Amino acid sequence: MSLTPFRIPIVPELRKNTILSLIAKGLRVDDRDIVTPRNVKIETGVIEKAEGSALVRLGATQVMVGVKAEIGSPFRDTPDEGVITVNAEFVPLASPMFEPGPPDENAIELARVIDRSIREVNAVDRKALVIRPGEKVWVLFIDIYVLNHDGNLFDASMLATMAALATTKLPDYEEYETGDIEIVREKTIGPLKLNHIVLTSTIAKIGDYIIADPNLDEETVSDTRIVFAFDENGRIVGAQKTGMGAITLDELYRALKIAKQAANVYFKSLEEALGGRLPVERQGVEGHG
Amino acid sequence: MGGKAQVRLIDEFGRRHDGRLPEEMRPVRMQVGVLDNSDGSAIVEYGKTKVIAAVYGPREPVQRFMVLPDRALLRVRYHMAPFSTWERKSPAPSRREVELSKVIREAFEDIVLVKLFPRTTIDVFIEVLQADGGTRTAAVTAASLALADAGIPMKALVAGVAVGKIDGVLVLDVDEIEDGSGEADLPVAAAPDIGKITLFQLNGVLTEEELSKAMDMALSAIRQLVELEKKALKEKYAFSREVRSE
Repeated sequence: MSLTPFRIPIVPELRKNTILSLIAKGLRVDDRDIVTPRNVKIETGVIEKAEGSALVRLGATQVMVGVKAEIGSPFRDTPDEGVITVNAEFVPLASPMFEPGPPDENAIELARVIDRSIREVNAVDRKALVIRPGEKVWVLFIDIYVLNHDGNLFDASMLATMAALATTKLPDYEEYETGDIEIVREKTIGPLKLNHIVLTSTIAKIGDYIIADPNLDEETVSDTRIVFAFDENGRIVGAQKTGMGAITLDELYRALKIAKQAANVYFKSLEEALGGRLPVERQGVEGHG
Repeated sequence: MGGKAQVRLIDEFGRRHDGRLPEEMRPVRMQVGVLDNSDGSAIVEYGKTKVIAAVYGPREPVQRFMVLPDRALLRVRYHMAPFSTWERKSPAPSRREVELSKVIREAFEDIVLVKLFPRTTIDVFIEVLQADGGTRTAAVTAASLALADAGIPMKALVAGVAVGKIDGVLVLDVDEIEDGSGEADLPVAAAPDIGKITLFQLNGVLTEEELSKAMDMALSAIRQLVELEKKALKEKYAFSREVRSE
């Protein structure tokens, strides 16, 4: 069951008017133009006990992602593929709007959009996660932890997910004569095989204007948002309208253009955080410096 | 992706596995006013996909705190019947159903004139009776009809359809077989009479040119679906007129 949000944060009229009048001039409350995302900071390897982890700050939004690997059984219809699950927790310490409890529709939607964006292009090579076909495969748990909500959880979570996956090292394991397999976490057997790097870029429509990377106030006064997922070559690999409003076809294409520009900034930030190069080959991306 | 297509999804004549051409929809059936207890209801079929929707409201909220002072609160539930799929689906709401309930609700938030009914709830209950691809878009079409049948003022009628990409070809109204092995799936809902897109999702890869062509295909089909909705609503109205004159 999905309900119209009835505990929405109240943005004071004055602040709303400021946001709108600035956007009309192509400006933002935090001194950006409409296509530029907030400052991105990415740290990887922040949790030693996780196989991969990252903390991403997008302006004041903070998201941590931890990747855990377990050995399990493959799904019956994909015996030669590992298993990947994505879960998001909007923990109550992240915002006065978050309550303890199982993931709500917003957390579920976020996890599913990120899951699909990775899955559809096989960004993490699932075939490389097989230990014994049809029997034992790696099961990757990607857990998204929102630590501070200041808007645009999609892009921050996707950046953190990709940064964590790019730095994930699978643990070693031991096979016994009985057929049992036990993980030896003290040793690692190397990185995940990544086929693509996927990042999302979210735009908000506020009145007639389209802006990249909305902060919480902008998000709250926005009509709707569209999340676009791109791979390292600039291909569109997923999209989702999220939020109450509607858009015209023309706005959709304007949104795509702006989203793509902002995505380039995210890709650059991730590249820098990963030591100057992405773990996949790129095939000539236009408009990327 | 792809790879394990047992059936050839597009043959040498450009026909799909069920004989349809790429821009052809499955047979569509719509009927309004099918459940007496509800304020409005409709059943919609896209081929073997069958979805029923019922609307209750505007009415007093079930729980007192669930109100908005300046508008009606929309409650939408997309749910699949346990017998709707080959393998029985557990009746407990899945994560997929939670997400789809949300995107379907959001497809109507800017359509229903909610400001006319402050402090009330409008409930839209959707049950997928048989799932054969395109259930969320058929659900939007059924919800639009049920809301109209309930006499709830709306800016315009809404309908939905999905465009898929299989073997590199864009195809309208993907069914389950096509969805299972396609390269992309683009469910869209729109209110063509006011030029608004109200639901937009993309799973898979499309180039910008393909996205633009797929949107044109979806929107032109949605225009036809909305005409069918108008026809279905008028049919019910004509029938009630007959009853009254008897």
